[in-house]
Amino acid sequence: MGRYLLRRLLIALPSLLGISVVLFTVLALAPGDPFSEMALNSNVPPEVQANLRRQFGLDDPIWQRYFRWLVAMLQGQWGFSFISRVDVDKLILGRLPVTLAVIGASQVLALMIALPVGIYSAARPYSWFDRIASTLAFVGFSLPTFFTGLLLILLFSIKLDWLPFVFRADISGSGWDWWWQHIKQSIMPVLVLGLFQGASWTRYVRSAMLDVIRLDYVTTARSKGLREYAVIMKHVVRNALIPVVTLVALTMPQVFGGAIVTEQIFRVPGIGSLLIDAILRNDTPVIMAVTFVLSCLVILFNLIADLLYGWLDPRISYR
Amino acid sequence: MAGSIPASAIADPAVLAAAPPRRRNVSPAAEAWRRFRRHRLAVVGLIVLVAMVLLVAIGPLVWKVAVNDIDFTSRLHTPTLNHPFGTDDLGQDIFARMLYGGRISLAVGLAAMLMALVVGVTIGAIAGISRGAVDAALMWLTDLFLSLPQLPLLLVLIYLFRDTLKQTFGPEVGVFILIVLVIGGFRWMPVARLVRAQFFSLREKEFVEAARALGASVPRQVVRHILPNSLGPVIVAGTIDVAAAIIAESTLSFLGLGFPPDIPTWGRILYDSKEYLDIAPHWALFPGTAIFLAVLCINFVGDGLRDALDPRRVL
Repeated sequence: MGRYLLRRLLIALPSLLGISVVLFTVLALAPGDPFSEMALNSNVPPEVQANLRRQFGLDDPIWQRYFRWLVAMLQGQWGFSFISRVDVDKLILGRLPVTLAVIGASQVLALMIALPVGIYSAARPYSWFDRIASTLAFVGFSLPTFFTGLLLILLFSIKLDWLPFVFRADISGSGWDWWWQHIKQSIMPVLVLGLFQGASWTRYVRSAMLDVIRLDYVTTARSKGLREYAVIMKHVVRNALIPVVTLVALTMPQVFGGAIVTEQIFRVPGIGSLLIDAILRNDTPVIMAVTFVLSCLVILFNLIADLLYGWLDPRISYR
Repeated sequence: MAGSIPASAIADPAVLAAAPPRRRNVSPAAEAWRRFRRHRLAVVGLIVLVAMVLLVAIGPLVWKVAVNDIDFTSRLHTPTLNHPFGTDDLGQDIFARMLYGGRISLAVGLAAMLMALVVGVTIGAIAGISRGAVDAALMWLTDLFLSLPQLPLLLVLIYLFRDTLKQTFGPEVGVFILIVLVIGGFRWMPVARLVRAQFFSLREKEFVEAARALGASVPRQVVRHILPNSLGPVIVAGTIDVAAAIIAESTLSFLGLGFPPDIPTWGRILYDSKEYLDIAPHWALFPGTAIFLAVLCINFVGDGLRDALDPRRVL
């Protein structure tokens, strides 16, 4: 197990390096430059600008800048934000928990929808339940997250006035009240993300189940006289989950994309809204670091999926 | 299928008598259409989609209200006969704006799909026909692109290159090119994998071997024999890609990083409307529903095509 993990980590390293090269090249080749605004400012003399550029190493060849940046990243020096004058790692660490909490809760919700609905649909294919569930799943993943967000705001915040539509980080109060406020304001972001993911995963679960349910060993289990519940839950579901795990891991980039949109709609102070603010303000170190952190998270989830895969399917050995 | 001899039916004269007369040779397209029609929701989706395309294509010629006509006397009107979809905060007619913006939204979807298909088929075909190092390198690249966080990179790319392209091609065409390139450039990976997998199985089939034995060059084997047979799943993936590209474009516009405000794509109208959600909900509901309907119909059509183009499925 330990060696397997190590090997997977070694495979993940080139991908991380590749991603960092792509990111760095894009940002370096782009016409936008943190000093371009200063060039318009006549109060800063050209010599000072040139000095600053040299000091930050912006005139060096691109590969030198890349290696310098890489070494600094590895040492934990992520630079500081041009705009808010705060260390980037502190900025990101402050924002990350909210994002992870919202994404985590929505993924749990999505699984709580997708697993039962998908399993029940596949157990009775082409029944009324299956047809309605399939159609709803189509509707669910055809609804773009930004539109669902607006619809929920329209319904729950404006018409019914049940839930706040702006996420607040500074909630006063303590104990139960504090928790209640947080849960109340998280309901809509979690719903938006969770329903979308739940809809698409329902289809995966259903088709994975249908692939397994026709196999001979399932017939064997039935002919042994096992109850239908035991056949489905113990024999079919466990094997159907294997491809689902991969698909869930592969949709992680999409989930982070959805999280950015959701955070923007509900003004959740997470890493996604940090990225958009940074982009709008040309804050290169923050853009770079946030995108890199998101890439790391995606690769981390792929790794977790690989480990789960081995646990679910003993045929894949950890050697 | 239609031309094959039903062996068991011939053995039983009663069944033979009951069997329908043998159909004449059916072209693959007609066969696919017959299978497609069995998916009722796909047919409905196709009809709605064609209606939307026609509306968007012909609509602006009939509904001659200027897109950028500002009229402060009729701000934020709810739908009336004069303004079927109401007006926005500048008194602009939302129906006219949506007809105009729909052209761009749908065009972006189609163009990005084409781009994704061309890149995906090329890379998948090269990887599938050449084994070894080339295949491994291309697949590593594909996996790398799959694990990139797409939306953040989309945002970064668009933000960084928008101004340059605007200056070179003008605001409308520049942003269009950029968005199509970027969305298409992030959606080719599934197509490449599909094509590669198809190539792996088709490459060893007898008919390709026969072509090889007859001395067909590798490009000819690929273009004449392997590629046409691997197009079914590619077409399905392409259909779904149109929907994904429409969503991607709307998302960008919704985040304020897509088209400029004077080009009212559906996502852009939504972006403008969200501050007025409490007093003018119709402003957000119409473009949102349009995006949703287009995407839903395309997804249904894709599902129908999957049934129609999969020869293993008996319908």
